[in-house]
Amino acid sequence: MNKTINNRAWFLVIPVVALVAFNALIPLMTVVNYSVQETFGNNEFFWSGVTWFEQVLRDDRFHGALGRQLFFTGTILLIEVPLGIAIALTMPKKGPWVSVCLVLMALPLLIPWNVVGAMWNIMALPDIGLLGHTLNELGIDYNYTRQPVSAWVTLIAMDVWHWTSLVVLLSYAGLVSIPEAYFQAAKIDGAKSWAVFRYIQLPKMKRVLTIAILLRFMDSFMIYTEPSVLTGGGPGNSTTLLSIDLVKTALGQFDLGPAAATSLVYFLIVLLVSWVFYTLMMRNEES
Amino acid sequence: MAKVTLENLAHTYFNRADGAAEWAVKRVNLEWADGGAFALLGPSGCGKTTLLNIMSGLVHPTHGRILFGERDVTGLSPEERNIAQVFQFPVVYDTMSVYDNIAFPLRNRGMAESEIATRVAEIAELTELTPMLKQRAAGLTADGKQKISLARGLVRPDVNLVMFDEPLTVIDPHLKWVLRSKLRELHQRVGTTMIYVTHDQTEALTFADQVVVMNAGEVVQIGTPVELFERPQHTFVGHFIGSPGMNVLPTEIDNGKAVFAGLPVEVANPLSGSADGKLELGVRPEFVSFGTDGIPATITSVADAGRYRIVDTQASGHRIKLLVDEGEAIPAQDTYLRFDPGQTRLYRDGWLATEGVAR
Amino acid sequence: MRIAKWLVPTLYIVFLMLPIYWLLSMSFKSTNEILGGFTLWPREFTLANYAEIFTDSVWYNGYVNSIAYVTLNTVISVLAALPAAYAFSRYRFLGDKHLFFWLLTNRMAPPAVFALPFLQLYSAVGLFDTHVAVALAHTLFNIPLAVWILEGFMSSVPKELDETAYVDGYPFWKFFIKIFLPTIAAGIGVACFFCFMFSWVELLLAKTLTAVAAKPIAATMTKTASSSGYELGLLAAAGSLTLVPGAIVIYFVRNYIARGFALGRV
Repeated sequence: MNKTINNRAWFLVIPVVALVAFNALIPLMTVVNYSVQETFGNNEFFWSGVTWFEQVLRDDRFHGALGRQLFFTGTILLIEVPLGIAIALTMPKKGPWVSVCLVLMALPLLIPWNVVGAMWNIMALPDIGLLGHTLNELGIDYNYTRQPVSAWVTLIAMDVWHWTSLVVLLSYAGLVSIPEAYFQAAKIDGAKSWAVFRYIQLPKMKRVLTIAILLRFMDSFMIYTEPSVLTGGGPGNSTTLLSIDLVKTALGQFDLGPAAATSLVYFLIVLLVSWVFYTLMMRNEES
Repeated sequence: MAKVTLENLAHTYFNRADGAAEWAVKRVNLEWADGGAFALLGPSGCGKTTLLNIMSGLVHPTHGRILFGERDVTGLSPEERNIAQVFQFPVVYDTMSVYDNIAFPLRNRGMAESEIATRVAEIAELTELTPMLKQRAAGLTADGKQKISLARGLVRPDVNLVMFDEPLTVIDPHLKWVLRSKLRELHQRVGTTMIYVTHDQTEALTFADQVVVMNAGEVVQIGTPVELFERPQHTFVGHFIGSPGMNVLPTEIDNGKAVFAGLPVEVANPLSGSADGKLELGVRPEFVSFGTDGIPATITSVADAGRYRIVDTQASGHRIKLLVDEGEAIPAQDTYLRFDPGQTRLYRDGWLATEGVAR
Repeated sequence: MRIAKWLVPTLYIVFLMLPIYWLLSMSFKSTNEILGGFTLWPREFTLANYAEIFTDSVWYNGYVNSIAYVTLNTVISVLAALPAAYAFSRYRFLGDKHLFFWLLTNRMAPPAVFALPFLQLYSAVGLFDTHVAVALAHTLFNIPLAVWILEGFMSSVPKELDETAYVDGYPFWKFFIKIFLPTIAAGIGVACFFCFMFSWVELLLAKTLTAVAAKPIAATMTKTASSSGYELGLLAAAGSLTLVPGAIVIYFVRNYIARGFALGRV
C-alpha cells in the first residue's frame, strides 16, 4: 500500500504508547537493576556488572533447560501451525455449523492455565485418568510420571490441544476475508485446489499467519503454568523448560540477581528470533 | 468462437420460487452473434451481473439453457467453457510477476513453455504491458492490474467469450476513457465475442455495436446505440439513455388521437384500435421546442450545460424538459411547447404501443 | 474428497471435547470418587461442588471480579488500538516500524520476575487491589496484540476506499465509523475475543495486584489446594464455570469472524 508520510499520525498512537510504556519501562528498569547488582541482604546492593550474565550463560543447567525449550517450541510450532491452517481450510464458511465450530474450538483457549495443567494431570494418570487408563488398557506402557518419553508426549499433546485453536481462529478469520472474486477468477483460469491455496489463500493469509506464529513462538517459549502443574518439570528434570528452571532458581536461591539476569537473557533470545522472523516475513511486503 | 444463445434463462437465489420479486433473472432469450461487441446495460440490481455469472458458469441457472454454437454448456464449469471474465476490481496473483500472471491459465492447461512465451509476448504487446513483464504484479497501479486481468483473459487462444463486469469501477476518471478506447481497439484486433456489463450508458454506448438493456431481471430492448436513442421500445430505455432522459407524460386516446392537457398531440405510431392499458407519451428533450401555439407551459429553471441549455418547464402539473442550443432565445415565463411528431411515440404499459398486439 | 472435508474439523472437535468432557464429569463427582479409580461417567452424581461455588461469596465474587476487569481491559485495549492500528496501516512516520515491533516485545518477557516490580508500581500509584489495576496491567500484552491483529486486517482494505469516501465528502470520523469499521468487522471480532481470552486466563499479575476486593477467579481456584491436596471436584466445577463467559463472548463475535470482506461500493 502507498502510505502517506505524515508525522501527525503520532497523535493516533499516543494512547497506546502511554499505556504500554507505563507498564513496560518501569518494571523493566527494575529488573535490569536487579540483574546488575548483588545483595547480601539488609537491602544493600552492590554493583556486579555482568557477573550474573556470565554465570548464567556458562551454567550447564541453563543450557539443558534452553535445549529442552528449543525442542519443545520447535515441535509444537511444526504441529500446530500446519494443523491449524488445515483445519481452517476445511471449516465451513457459511451456514449453521459455523457458530458451533467456532464456539467449540474456542473452549480450550478459555480455560485458566492451572486448570488445564490439572485436567491433563489427572486425565493422564494411568490408574484413574481417561487417557492414562485407556492407553494402558490398549496395552501401551504409558506412565508420564515415571517415563520421560511419556511425559514429553503428554506435554506436547496438552499444548496442541490447548493452543491449536488460536492458529485456527486467526487463519479462519484471514481466510474468510478473501474476496470471492479471487476464487472465481481462479476457477476461470483453470487453477487446481493446490494452486488456489498456494497463490491466493496462503499469500492473503500471510499477515494473520505471522501474528499466529509469533504468538505461539513467544508464548510457548515462556510457558510456565501448564507444564509446571502437569509434570512439575519431571520426571527428574526431563521436562524442565526455561521458565520452570528460572522459577526454581529464583525461589531456590532467593537471589534476584541470577533470576533477573536469566530472564533478561531469555527475553533477548525471544526478541532476536522474533525480530529475525518478523523482518523476513515483512520484507516481501515493502517492495 | 461461436455464437452464444441464452434460452429461457431464469434464476433465483432463493429456494422458494414464488413471487416475481425473488427472481434475479426472469425470462431471458438472447442470441449474441459471433465476434460482436455487446453491452449489457442496466441499473444496479437489474440482474446483469447474475446473467453474466450464468454465462461464465459461476452460477448455475434455475431454469433454461446456454448454448455455445450448437453445444449445450449449461452443465459445464467455467474452465470447460473456455471463457474469460474481467471483474470489477483487479484480480491479480500478488506473489507472481506480470509475466507469470498472464501465463497462468496457459500453464494450467499444460501448454509448452515456448508456446506460452510467444503467446504472452503477443498479448502483452496488445495490452501495453511489455515493459512491465518482469515486475511483481502487486506493484502495479489499479489500471495496470486491470490490464493484467484483461491480458489473462485474452491469452488463451481458443477463448469463446470475454466478459467484463464493470471493469472501470476502480480506474481513475482521467484514465477511464483511455482504457475504454483500448478495449474497443482490442475487440477490433482480436475479434472475439465480448460482452461489457455496466450501469454507465457512456461506457456501454461507446464500446458496443449492440446494446442489451435490462431492467428488473428482464431484457427491455436490444439495439444499436442509435436505435436505443431514437426509438426506445420501453419508457425505461427512454429514461435511462440520454442525458437528460426522455419525457414521459400520461395521455389518453380521444377519437383516435392522443391527447395531453386537453390538446391533441401528433404521434409517430397512432393507435386506431382499442386504448386499454396505461397510456403514455414519450418524447426526448431534443425534440421539444418552443412555439407560438401548442401545449401551454411555464418555465421553472434553466441549466447551462455548455453547448446547450436544459430548460425545465411545468405543463398541466407535469414536468417537461427540453434542450435549447446555445444561440437560441428562451421565452420569458409562459410559453407553448411543440413536440416533433416524428419523434413522439405512444407507449402502452411502458412498451411501445403497436397496433392490435397486446403486450 | 467430499467426505474427507468435514471429517477434519469433526475429528478435531472430538479431540478437543474429550478432555472437556473429562473436566465436566469430574465436576459432578466427589473428590473421593475421582481419586478412587477410573470411572467414565459419575457413578455418584453430585451437585455439591457447584452448590459450594454458588453459595460461597468468595467464589462468585471471584467470577464477578474477573469479568469486571477483563471487560474493562478489552474495551480499553481495543479502543486504544483502533486509531493506532489505522496510523500504522495508512501512514509512514518517524520510527513507525520500530514502534510497531517494540509493541510486540512487550509480550516476550517471562512474567515470573516482573511480578514484584509491577506490585511496587501499582502500589505507588495507589491502585493496588482494584479492577482498574489489573485491567491496566493487562494492556501491557493485550494492546500490542490488538494493534497487530487490527493492523493486519486494516491493511487488507485498499486505500482507495478511504479516498473514495473523502471524495464523496465524508468527514474522517463518519468514514471511520460507518464505512471502515464494518469492513474490518472480522478483525475487530478476533481482536476482542483474544483480548478477552488472554486477560481472562492470566493468573500471575492478576493475583499479584489484588488482595480481596478485586480477587480474580483464577486466584480463588488456587485456594482449592488445601493441606490434604487438591479438592479436585471443586476445582473441576470452578474450571467448568470459567468456560461460560468466554463462550458467550465468542458466540457474540462469531458473526464478525465469519463475515467476510464484502467489497461493495462505498
